[in-house]
Amino acid sequence: MTEMLSGGEILIRALQDEGVERIFGYPGGAALHIYDAIFKQQRVEHILVRHEQAATHMADGYARATGNPGVVLVTSGPGATNAITGIATAYMDSIPMIVISAQVPHEVIGTDAFQETDMIGISRPIVKHSFIVRTASEIPWLVKQAFYISTTGRPGPIVIDIPKDTTDPNELFEYSYPDSVSLRSYKPALKGHSGQIRKAAVTMLKAKRPVIYAGGGVVQGGADEELVKVARLTGFPITNTLMGLGSFPGDDPQFLGMLGMHGTFESNNAMHHSDLIIAVGARFDDRVTNNPAKFCPGATIIHIDIDPASISKVIPADIPIVGPAKPVLAELHVALETEMAKHPIDQLSLDEWWRRIALWRQEHGLDHDQHDRKSESGQLLPQQVIQAVYRATEGNAFVTSDVGQHQMFAAQYYKFRKGRQWINSGGLGTMGFGLPAAMGVQFAVPDATVVCITGEGSFMMNMQELSTCMQYALPIKIVNLNNEALGMVKQWQDMQYGGRYSHSTYSDALPDFEQLIRSFGHHSFTASSIDELDSVVDEAFSPKLKDKLVFINAYVDPDEHVYPMFVKGGSLEDMVLSKGLA
Amino acid sequence: MRRLLAVLLENEAGALSRVIGLFAQRNYNIESLTVAPTEDPTLSRLTLLTEGDDEKIEQVTKHLNRLIEVVKVNDLTDGAHIERELMLIKIRAEGNVHREEIFRTCEIFRGDVVDVTQESYTVQLTGPTKKLFAFMRAIGETSILEVVRTGVSGIGRGDKILEL
Repeated sequence: MTEMLSGGEILIRALQDEGVERIFGYPGGAALHIYDAIFKQQRVEHILVRHEQAATHMADGYARATGNPGVVLVTSGPGATNAITGIATAYMDSIPMIVISAQVPHEVIGTDAFQETDMIGISRPIVKHSFIVRTASEIPWLVKQAFYISTTGRPGPIVIDIPKDTTDPNELFEYSYPDSVSLRSYKPALKGHSGQIRKAAVTMLKAKRPVIYAGGGVVQGGADEELVKVARLTGFPITNTLMGLGSFPGDDPQFLGMLGMHGTFESNNAMHHSDLIIAVGARFDDRVTNNPAKFCPGATIIHIDIDPASISKVIPADIPIVGPAKPVLAELHVALETEMAKHPIDQLSLDEWWRRIALWRQEHGLDHDQHDRKSESGQLLPQQVIQAVYRATEGNAFVTSDVGQHQMFAAQYYKFRKGRQWINSGGLGTMGFGLPAAMGVQFAVPDATVVCITGEGSFMMNMQELSTCMQYALPIKIVNLNNEALGMVKQWQDMQYGGRYSHSTYSDALPDFEQLIRSFGHHSFTASSIDELDSVVDEAFSPKLKDKLVFINAYVDPDEHVYPMFVKGGSLEDMVLSKGLA
Repeated sequence: MRRLLAVLLENEAGALSRVIGLFAQRNYNIESLTVAPTEDPTLSRLTLLTEGDDEKIEQVTKHLNRLIEVVKVNDLTDGAHIERELMLIKIRAEGNVHREEIFRTCEIFRGDVVDVTQESYTVQLTGPTKKLFAFMRAIGETSILEVVRTGVSGIGRGDKILEL
């Protein structure tokens, strides 16, 4: 029996058949046929946002927490352009996402029609692929391809642009959903080259000063377990990129902390002095390498990545391995076991290496208990806030962040245990990401504690979503490190612009956050001292408020900087460790 | 270094714009580009002339391959290959002596006169880009009225073919 459906119904039916439970969207003229199809069914839940950018970040947070693609539905014109920042965010961090943008009808495309914009053109550089629907009958096939392409290989966002005429409720088509996809021009690697993997294993056993450098590819590829097994087997020191945090337990002594611009002293030094770097799912971003010409001068590079274009893009790889992190690391583990039976690891050298690392750690490692530290001004310190949240959530929360100092403090001081627990915009650095991303996470894992660590600057970029949180009763815990300034901009102005705070402060123009938050029916607390912080955090994370959105407005020392910070143009060992010290 | 890339592309709306967009976005240079469907109407073939050292061309190739609609990429400059370009050139030709001379030059270069007026010849010439330039030099700048070139098309020599 064949089913006859309209284009709008076909789209929603295809999403159902793809297993989509939830879409994030905002209606508008060109999307109304689709919205009517949504109204007539129950299987796909639609979440009404307050701004399309937030819809994309929610879908993004949802995808990062689950590994399944997030789905967004927006109208044409401004709906589509508002989604752009979120699509670019997902693209830079390789997050699977399907963005369905309505378009004006075919007959008026190109006439500068009301709410017309060339979405395919605008989004082209920031999507993995995009489709424009020509006729309703091809929708199932396009949706199938979109999900396949988005989630395989190096994941990424896909745009499906749907002109209104193809969703016309009066034109019915036969519906059937394809079982599988095969594209002659798209064949992502499913495993690594075994010869290269064996070569990597042999090289690893000869190393004297190895470091494993693991990034977001391990998290997105669900390869944490395989990574931990390789690290345990070898006993090699391991560092994570900002995007890789959680892929190795942050509280484990084998973990050196994050590397890069605000990486730990021991991690950046270990990288710089190593003789072998095993890069997994990391792309040698400029925030990691500092000056590529001075990057890790004595190191052989093994580079495992799913995207051949990432390999040797910035730093030439000696042993490139193209493939998904999970099967490659699993095969590497087996190869290491086989090779270790023949030549054991150089344990003497490794022990000596760990002694050097222990010294670096002892000299300038991060202080993970700053509860009793006093700032010069006597004000609360941002690190103390992160540490209090870490204690209150016992290291088990999903933590999203925005972009700036608070993001770096969270990355440094919240010791993540598992992949997907830490969710932030690493590549694009999108302020306004944190709250909607946390909402996406909370939808995905309703019972989990979801914390959004933010700053007042970032928070105000998408705070309209407090209304969405009210509508769907999302019990997010928002921790606002309020320094009444754009902290990271101000830090750079302190360090590089003689303290000239050009447009980075606005302390006399901030809202009363308590009133603001309460006006949306949420709970709000303020903390200005360590004692206040302790009690406020206890209350915010108490079972009593488990089902409530709670906002903690923590006034923190505006003069605190994020350290270490690498010296621009230098190598990884060139770090500023505190104010006035280079 | 000058590089000639042969690209097989799905013959679909928007596919070419992705290729061009990639070059703009990654700051790569396109010297010339030819494109048309092949014997298989579902495929287009591009010949793309660009500049770059080995590292850069490796990146260009990888990024081209990353585009979903790109089916195959081959650097023709890696091996023996044939390059051809077609030029239509309008030349001032006035007075018997001048007209005779241009006609002779045209024969030497195996060009065809495809249109004639009292004051001009329009000549069609094919060959490697170098030959087209040599012809233009022989004609002389002052006599050239208008030049239109197709850009380079390329194919590998011998039995080697670019296929799926």
